[in-house]
Amino acid sequence: MSKLAELLSEKRVLLADGATGTNLFDMGLVSGMAPEIWNFELADNIRSLHQGFVDAGSDILVTNSFGGSARRLKLHNLDGRVREINARAAEIAAEIAAHAGRDIVIAGSVGPTGDLFAPLGELTAEQAVEVFIEQIEGLKQGGADVAWIETMSAPEEINAALEAAQHVGIPATVTVSFDTAGRSMMGLTPAGFASDMATRAEPPAAIGSNCGVGASDLVNALLDLVPAANGIPVIAKANAGVPQIKGEHVVYSGTPDLMETYAKLAIDAGARIIGGCCGTRAEHVARMRKALDTHNGGTIPTLEEIIERLGPLVAPPSTKTSGRGEGRRRRRA
Amino acid sequence: MSDEDDIILSELDDAELVEQMQDDLYDGLKEEIEEGVNILLERGWAPYDILTKSLVTGMKTVGDDFRDGILFVPEVLLAANAMKAGMAILRPLLAETGAAKIGTVVIGTVKGDIHDIGKNLVAMMLEGAGFEVINLGINTDVDKFLAAIEEHKPDILGMSALLTTTMTYMKVVIETLKEKGIRDQLIVLVGGAPLNEEFGDAIGADAYCKDAAIAVETAKRMVLQRAG
Repeated sequence: MSKLAELLSEKRVLLADGATGTNLFDMGLVSGMAPEIWNFELADNIRSLHQGFVDAGSDILVTNSFGGSARRLKLHNLDGRVREINARAAEIAAEIAAHAGRDIVIAGSVGPTGDLFAPLGELTAEQAVEVFIEQIEGLKQGGADVAWIETMSAPEEINAALEAAQHVGIPATVTVSFDTAGRSMMGLTPAGFASDMATRAEPPAAIGSNCGVGASDLVNALLDLVPAANGIPVIAKANAGVPQIKGEHVVYSGTPDLMETYAKLAIDAGARIIGGCCGTRAEHVARMRKALDTHNGGTIPTLEEIIERLGPLVAPPSTKTSGRGEGRRRRRA
Repeated sequence: MSDEDDIILSELDDAELVEQMQDDLYDGLKEEIEEGVNILLERGWAPYDILTKSLVTGMKTVGDDFRDGILFVPEVLLAANAMKAGMAILRPLLAETGAAKIGTVVIGTVKGDIHDIGKNLVAMMLEGAGFEVINLGINTDVDKFLAAIEEHKPDILGMSALLTTTMTYMKVVIETLKEKGIRDQLIVLVGGAPLNEEFGDAIGADAYCKDAAIAVETAKRMVLQRAG
């Protein structure tokens, strides 16, 4: 049994961690830099990020490797170092976890390539699988327990990443960002995604949602996602509110209070793994720990309750109908 | 179903054909759009009329349905590609006939960011609306923006970012424009998933555009305001 499966069987709900990128910014990462280079140049900052989450009570650490595929590292002329960069990311997290005094899952972050798949774009499915294999091999080599495929939007890219994880021989989780009218940018619905995953020959170890536009929208997505997941453990990793600029810095509007409430609602909605994405600092994670330890669960919230307790939806599902003329002829290619 | 597949574009009258082209654009049927454009040209239509009455009108429905969460990026990209194919035929003819150009736009995804799906959509829709668009691609640093502004003298500078880790670079560009004393010569529009109106205001952009359709509306409105 994998470490993630083991922890899931022992505990009712697992606590993931908080943000990587936005917290590294607070430590002085400059706009346009590859965060992954800090695994070498400023590894102590990455250690202290992970340590903060361990101290706050996280059961899962997500590695600093989100942009660690060759397609993204190429931008920084680092695409020749994919394995090394990803291995190092996992090693740093594993090092911190080893001294935690409890079992912690090392989740090797795998973000999107940023490329459109053929025929809309250039990237073929075969190329994408190879790109992901290279990254996930590095993560596994560095000690990752699971490939943490996140912030996904396109079904083809999810399939490629899952195929790569399977090829490498490591469990995988998948989370999608539902940031456009209640769907992913590429039109994937929470229920559609979950049922796609549930009907795979080898379903992922966990599925869910991360990032996107705010905690309310994410919990709302869970209302459709959980029932369609067919028992696959569900992940919720919401942003701490919405980004606002204060002087030179981007700050997120979500307070630790809000994230504690969000964690309770996510439990009620059926999530088994709960954490935060952009804007979530260790202090937010500590309050989510409190929610997980003290909240005994309640009934599945309604959208009205979610809005009342977490604020309005930022990108609500569409209720409109097409402006395309009624009864017009349709042609299909 | 086979009846529907049997539509012969050249047998439709002008009004039916234009309507059919709007539908084909919605469905992202590139070859049918090329065929339709060529038929209208053969029938003596002015290139500008083909652009506005079939392509731009059709793309407006696509843009509206995208804004309203009915269509998503894949469908819109297919439609935009079909539009682009039609534009490829019309562009040289439009240049010959000297059809009115609304304005010039320099657009790019900022430094450190490689996401250009939304930005390309904006670029294509602006082009469809009658703008000349200089698309600088991804990972655009301030020097590259400045060089393009110098060369093309645009009315509008558009910047895009998908990441919270790169969106702050927009402020770097705007500050540099101020230092160079050219900020007021340009309309600066910004967009991208993590942005919002407050962010646009705080960094000193003229407007935040929530999506491609709004970007086109805003661009048209602001250029007209400035001209007037």
